[in-house]
Amino acid sequence: MVADVLIILVKVVLTLMWTLLLALFLTWVERKQSAVMQDRIGANRASVFGLRLFGLFQPFADAIKMLFKEDFTPSFAQRTLHWLAPMFSFFFVAVTMVAVPFGDTVRLFGRRIPLQVVDLNAALLFVLAMLSLGIYGILISGWASSNRFALIGSLRGAAQLISTEVALGLSLVGLVMVFPSLSLARIVEFQGGLLFGVLPKWGIFLQPLGFVVFYLAGMAETKRVPFDMPEGESEIIGFYTEYGGLKFGLFMFTDFLEVIVLSALATTLFFGGWQVPWLGDGGFVFPWGAGIKVAPWGVTVLRVLSFNSKVLFFCWLQILTRWTYPRFRYDQVMDLGWKVLVPLGVVNILATGLVLAAR
Amino acid sequence: MVNAWKVVREIARGAAITSRHFFVNMTFHTLRLFGVKTKRRGAVTIQYPEVRKELSPRHRSLHRLRPREDGRPSCVACMLCVTVCPSECISVEAAEDPDPEIQKVPARFVIDLSRCCFCGFCVEACPVDAIRMDTGEIRLAATERSALELPLDKP
Repeated sequence: MVADVLIILVKVVLTLMWTLLLALFLTWVERKQSAVMQDRIGANRASVFGLRLFGLFQPFADAIKMLFKEDFTPSFAQRTLHWLAPMFSFFFVAVTMVAVPFGDTVRLFGRRIPLQVVDLNAALLFVLAMLSLGIYGILISGWASSNRFALIGSLRGAAQLISTEVALGLSLVGLVMVFPSLSLARIVEFQGGLLFGVLPKWGIFLQPLGFVVFYLAGMAETKRVPFDMPEGESEIIGFYTEYGGLKFGLFMFTDFLEVIVLSALATTLFFGGWQVPWLGDGGFVFPWGAGIKVAPWGVTVLRVLSFNSKVLFFCWLQILTRWTYPRFRYDQVMDLGWKVLVPLGVVNILATGLVLAAR
Repeated sequence: MVNAWKVVREIARGAAITSRHFFVNMTFHTLRLFGVKTKRRGAVTIQYPEVRKELSPRHRSLHRLRPREDGRPSCVACMLCVTVCPSECISVEAAEDPDPEIQKVPARFVIDLSRCCFCGFCVEACPVDAIRMDTGEIRLAATERSALELPLDKP
């Protein structure tokens, strides 16, 4: 009993650390990647005892700067809610990571420990619910600021998130029809099989349209640049105008956490999660008959690495998207949500149903 | 339908351009990191304080007074630069020179850099080519106002 609680605690701490460290370094990755894309160098000055390491200490410098800024609340703001809003938006995004499987099971001290904080049997619903609750962070921050511009910004955010959330939910219905489970661990296990004996049975091959809808809706959910309607940091006034210092930092951090959560979800649902193509419990078995034996610990390491590299790839892809495309107009975001993604999601469900029924 | 296809194509083209820049630049960055000499660099950035871009020969930088052979400034305190200066940043006080050929020298020649707009009119106006703006010094920031007063009469 005590051991179970300890295991859960250790897993929670490790998952949180993984997420927060990745989010911290994503700020660096974003600056460097955008710089490389634009023929620049990017942040490279932050150093510890003259050691620069390509500016890898920049996130820590930023964090320290944020920490030492004044924790300012405008006199006209509603204090409690103003303080609560960043926590809300941070918490509900960070908590989604508990449902994501980082790998299969490891055997430690005679126990089988799944590399997942909790294997919820309705994990998919849990994740969607938590992402929806993230809207409250935006709404409360706009409301508590008692600033009309911030309120309008938060309403834009709520409208955008609701219109894409419907598409996000619809895009996953087809997936649940193919992999008959709501548990993320089970969905990943289903993706271990082979399609036509060659292709790994990943969600992307079974649900290509579903993935497109999911990815676009998810991008809109992260409120980053092509969809940064609620915030518009460069010119329009957004919902965290009245925030400064660490509370503002928490909002910014939430954006990066959302990038990670979307990457982790895309990986888990559509790219096989921790599955490595053709890697079984005993080693690689290639479709042309060859095979390589891999020790059990090697299999576990490969699977965790596979999950991590897929997540990193999606983070890269999202940052690439963020630094390539200009912002959508407000009506275009609404059009994309209601007139393109939702119908496409419905079409996807119908097509999936037809294929499943015809089989 | 045609329109949607065009949108998708343009989106893909944009991503192709930015990711091409990313991968090409990353290749050059990586090659340089491992000590491979390449003709092209991964970035066009000049790392300013350590690496300087060469200034144009016409560049108007910090002023100087051209000295005579004996080291004293060659200014004759004719006040033409003071007259022509549009931002009124030059202040010259004349004094008598023992040499009858020269007659006047500046006792005080101060340029207020916080007012100077680096137009170069003083250089144009000078009849004896005494003031020049060719030192190549462009780091003129200071932490207090008094540091921005440039006394040119002191050698």
